[in-house]
Amino acid sequence: MKKVLQTPVSAEDLKDIKIGDVIFLSGHIVTCRDVAHRRLIEYGRELPVDLHGGAIFHAGPIVRKIEGTDDKYEMISVGPTTSMRMEKFEYDFIQQTGVKVIVGKGGMGPKTEAGCKEFGAIHCVFPAGNAVIAAVTVQEIESQHWMDLGMPETLWVCRIEEFGPLIVSIDAEGNNLFENNKVIFNERKEEALAELNQKVRFIK
Amino acid sequence: MEKKVQTADLSAVDQLIEIVSKFTSRISMILPDDVTAKLRELAAEETNPMAKMIYETMERNQQVAAELKRPSCQDTGLIQMFCHVGAHFPYIDELSSALQEAVARSTREAPLRHNTVETFNEKNTGTNTGTKSPWIYWDLVPNSDELKLDVYMAGGGCSLPGQGKTLMPGEGYEGVAKFVLDVMTSYGLNACPPLLVGIGIGTSIDSAAYMSKLALMRPIGSNNENPLAAQFEKDVQAAIDSIGLGPQGLAGKRSVMGVHVENSARHPSVISVAVNVGCWSHRRGTILIKPDLSYELLTSKGATL
Ligand code: SF4
Repeated sequence: MKKVLQTPVSAEDLKDIKIGDVIFLSGHIVTCRDVAHRRLIEYGRELPVDLHGGAIFHAGPIVRKIEGTDDKYEMISVGPTTSMRMEKFEYDFIQQTGVKVIVGKGGMGPKTEAGCKEFGAIHCVFPAGNAVIAAVTVQEIESQHWMDLGMPETLWVCRIEEFGPLIVSIDAEGNNLFENNKVIFNERKEEALAELNQKVRFIK
Repeated sequence: MEKKVQTADLSAVDQLIEIVSKFTSRISMILPDDVTAKLRELAAEETNPMAKMIYETMERNQQVAAELKRPSCQDTGLIQMFCHVGAHFPYIDELSSALQEAVARSTREAPLRHNTVETFNEKNTGTNTGTKSPWIYWDLVPNSDELKLDVYMAGGGCSLPGQGKTLMPGEGYEGVAKFVLDVMTSYGLNACPPLLVGIGIGTSIDSAAYMSKLALMRPIGSNNENPLAAQFEKDVQAAIDSIGLGPQGLAGKRSVMGVHVENSARHPSVISVAVNVGCWSHRRGTILIKPDLSYELLTSKGATL
């Protein structure tokens, strides 16, 4: 069964979601990355959109102006960017905005874990590189903000229908799929290196 | 008289620009044959359900991208090219500016994401052209009148793991192996595996870095000419695969699409190693352009622009 979350999301909705689960999201998601985080956390500027119970997407899309309109855009291609770049801001960001679902690429660290646990939020991974699949789930770009930041950094408010697959990487209890995997990967790496060292003794 | 020749040249140059522009746009939408085949092979071998689901998503994405004629990944990279130009290719004088113009045209038409930021001024040019951008490597081919061009979209995520180190020979190839594997479990994880791993081995860091990128232009599955280096490629590939990064670094049966090594002779006192990776969406293509401007897409059999 497809698990579909609907925004606005409540703490209750996230209770049974665990790391490694695959979910889909309907409702709204706002693209929000480096500079937007910086403006809120470092410069104290208020975000132009209300994110309580909402979702953000660490992403820089390709959009195209719809011909014959002044300010309507369509989503051509959109996919996640490395979430770790937002790690230093994310605890405060979750606290200040009340965001519930963060979508990006790759894992995040202890600050985001703490934010997810304390304020009830999750981080999910959209499999990156699948930008057209993501774009076609965007029904409409309802509005756009901070366009002075350029196409990739603008906050695009998207209405979405079953956006996904989203793989839960940090759940609302602060469990972290990538950190768990990393431990295993590093163990295997040490074993692989020990074996490889026997084979690469070209300098004798 | 002279004027006539110029006009004829101009329309031919425009035709050359059009070919390279269309080719660049195509690369943003359709993966080359070798990458597509490799991804299918990896998907078929996969047993981990999450990894299988991700491979299916990739396959579906590429189908929809081709149908809708849209860039399959939103990060269409900074364009890099390897230009193997015959010394007698008739448009050699105009080639550099033609390649720039082709990228600008593709950026408008595909459309590609605006990914070229002037350093120091820190302004996005909005055209994907700029100072030494697209980044072009030149290789002059004697006794040839053809142009063989590799076009590569260097995405942010897959450029990030790129690094190099000059080792002392005492560290040996063991040091090289450790350097490469460390990159895989740190930055490699976020570079959208399964990765194509390019390794350059030589004297100084610049030559190693160049070769590591050149290695990514080789067809997947090709081997280094030196049998020892070819064995090294296999051994390193097996080692990285045994870590089981899986697609997106979310664990799976394998980690890479391939490991390619390019090497040069080295100074006895140093051994430099550099790593560059291509992501699963390895958008690089090779086109052969003849003097009469007919062409062949070497990385997409039978396709036309
Ligand atoms: S690493 Fe490759 S597939 Fe992943 S987002 Fe970047 S360009 Fe796209």
